[in-house]
Amino acid sequence: MLNRRELNKSKRTVIITLVVTVGMFGFGFALVPLYNVLCDIAGLNGKTGPKYVLQSGELEADLSRLVKVQFITSNNENMSWHFKPEVTQVEVHPGELMQVDFLVSNPTQQDMLAQAVPSLSPSEGADYFHKVECFCFTQQTLQAGEEARMPLRFVIDKDLPKHLTKLTLSYTLFDLTNSDISMASVPK
Amino acid sequence: MSAVVENELNEHHHHGPAKGISRWLFTTNHKDIGSMYLWFSFTMFLVGGCMALTIRAELFQPGLQIINPEFFNQMTTMHGLIMVFGAVMPAFVGLANWLVPMMIGAPDMALPRMNNWSFWILPFAFTMLLSTLFMDGGGPNFGWTFYAPLSTTYAPPSVTFFIFGVHMMGISSIMGAINVIATILNMRAPGMNMMKMPLFVWTWLITAFLLIAVMPVLAGVVTMMLMDIHFGTSFFNAAGGGDPVLFQHVFWFFGHPEVYIMILPAFGVVSQIIPTFSRKKLFGYSSMVWATSSIALLSFTVWAHHMFTVGIPLFGELFFMYATMLIAVPTGVKVFNWVATMFRGSISFETPMLFSIAFVILFSIGGFSGLMLAIAPADFQYHDTYFVVAHFHYVLVPGAIFGIFAAVYYWLPKWCGRMYSETLGKAHFWLSFVGMNLAFFPMHFLGLAGMPRRIPDYALQFADFNMISSVGAFLFGATQLLFLYIVVSTIRSGAKASAAVWEGAEGLEWTIPSPAPYHTFTEPPVVK
Repeated sequence: MLNRRELNKSKRTVIITLVVTVGMFGFGFALVPLYNVLCDIAGLNGKTGPKYVLQSGELEADLSRLVKVQFITSNNENMSWHFKPEVTQVEVHPGELMQVDFLVSNPTQQDMLAQAVPSLSPSEGADYFHKVECFCFTQQTLQAGEEARMPLRFVIDKDLPKHLTKLTLSYTLFDLTNSDISMASVPK
Repeated sequence: MSAVVENELNEHHHHGPAKGISRWLFTTNHKDIGSMYLWFSFTMFLVGGCMALTIRAELFQPGLQIINPEFFNQMTTMHGLIMVFGAVMPAFVGLANWLVPMMIGAPDMALPRMNNWSFWILPFAFTMLLSTLFMDGGGPNFGWTFYAPLSTTYAPPSVTFFIFGVHMMGISSIMGAINVIATILNMRAPGMNMMKMPLFVWTWLITAFLLIAVMPVLAGVVTMMLMDIHFGTSFFNAAGGGDPVLFQHVFWFFGHPEVYIMILPAFGVVSQIIPTFSRKKLFGYSSMVWATSSIALLSFTVWAHHMFTVGIPLFGELFFMYATMLIAVPTGVKVFNWVATMFRGSISFETPMLFSIAFVILFSIGGFSGLMLAIAPADFQYHDTYFVVAHFHYVLVPGAIFGIFAAVYYWLPKWCGRMYSETLGKAHFWLSFVGMNLAFFPMHFLGLAGMPRRIPDYALQFADFNMISSVGAFLFGATQLLFLYIVVSTIRSGAKASAAVWEGAEGLEWTIPSPAPYHTFTEPPVVK
């Protein structure tokens, strides 16, 4: 029914539309890194960075101002661990290295695996909050009834905007015991 | 002379459809495939409708009477999925199959074998989707939008079948869309240039581009779900570094263009019907084409208006609010053009025209409630209430569904060569019109008063409006059995229809005899 010319034209159309289809399938997946990049640029979600490597001479405290840092902990649903910061609030100078321990215990009868996910508010400050050491960089295992102290060491960047005087760091603890989440994608 | 006639008759017979079931299984004829699409979508419309009536029966009174909340959730989810992917979309593909080749003077679709395949995937996809209702843990219960983590971490085990089903129907509609594009771009009769194409063809061309742009994104998002559920990735799991809000972004990037996929072909249908029964040319043909194209383009920039309450930044709220309101401009152009077409026309009110006029009025109401929802600060009040349910049912039922009804009444005489009963058609229209408004208008009030959507039980103050709504829903549902009767009795015993069918109708499809022969335009017509 179709003549050869029409057939060739149809073939071209099909190839082009198939390329668009495959491209859009890829674009769907590209939205994932794109989303993270956009959140990063716009400073959304209060995502703090990965492990921070201190440069020499960076640890000079800016004694002219103090920043209040508050700590909040919460458990994701069905997570039964006790999880709280040793102190709920500290005052630090920008550029000063500070350590705060978080107390965690597993009151259940079974060994469990957990992951803490941090978020900083206001999210504008997320880029200036450097975690030198954090228990959230790895997953945590606690045997039945075990208790632990988990350290967080951080430095606030001296470039922190002046109007930010209070930062709130919140951790949510997720139960990973029966989940098959791979280690590769541990959040920062 | 008589030998020639005999020869032609034989030849005609030889080229007719195969006999028995193999005609339908192996057919590559656009008319057969179009009919199968339409019957399939009507079946799904009844199945999805029964689910809607189950929901409305439970909501007839406060308290839990008929079904338990778990099953209620499965009903709301499956009703949405079946109506969107099983009823509305295949119905429009069926109309495209029947009409696009006849309207542009082509002998068939460009890719007839793929056409057969894209239809026959559908019954399997929906059998699989429906079979989940009988599985352990029940069918999908997370809403038709299947937000993670409801659809991943907390989903019933049958979710994997749901994902596979969505993949299959996605493949089907992508193939259908490619076919429509290839047909329209390459198979137009000589002289049928782009700006001479009937608007139904135009709106379908644009819809097909939307389909190939966003169905793959839907396939992507369900693939991510599949990987999160079975392969230990964390696209949407915060514990593994993912983000559930990401799901909503990717889903609505598909989901918003999807709502235009469900309405643009209906725009095309009423743009064919209103000029016929107004006995005037369509007002502003080229502005209709541009309006449709700009609606399609804008639809990619507004997805987050479904997510005003998830905590997007102020700039985002403002951007998506204004972008959404911008869509009202081309939509307004279209409504204006339809009204201007009717203005000073010599109008007659046959059934297709009644459905089309109701379409214009009621779709506009749905558009206005959409504008209300687009106001970001107000949306915090309306979000996830029955107001949203009222809004999208007003654009989908008198929008998409009335568009399909209008199309069936308008072209059925061409398809089967017989005229439907005007009295029964009008009865169908008025019962549908009353039932539909009775069912969905009170939902506006319920939503504004704060009744949340997707709940099997509600506070006592919502009782009266819910009862009215349920009565309307059952009226609307029962009326569709009348529609079935009308279509079947027309095909079997309607009065013979003439080739032109309607006195004011223009277009190539009216130049061929009624019923349309099995093969049309084997010699391309000349378009002046």
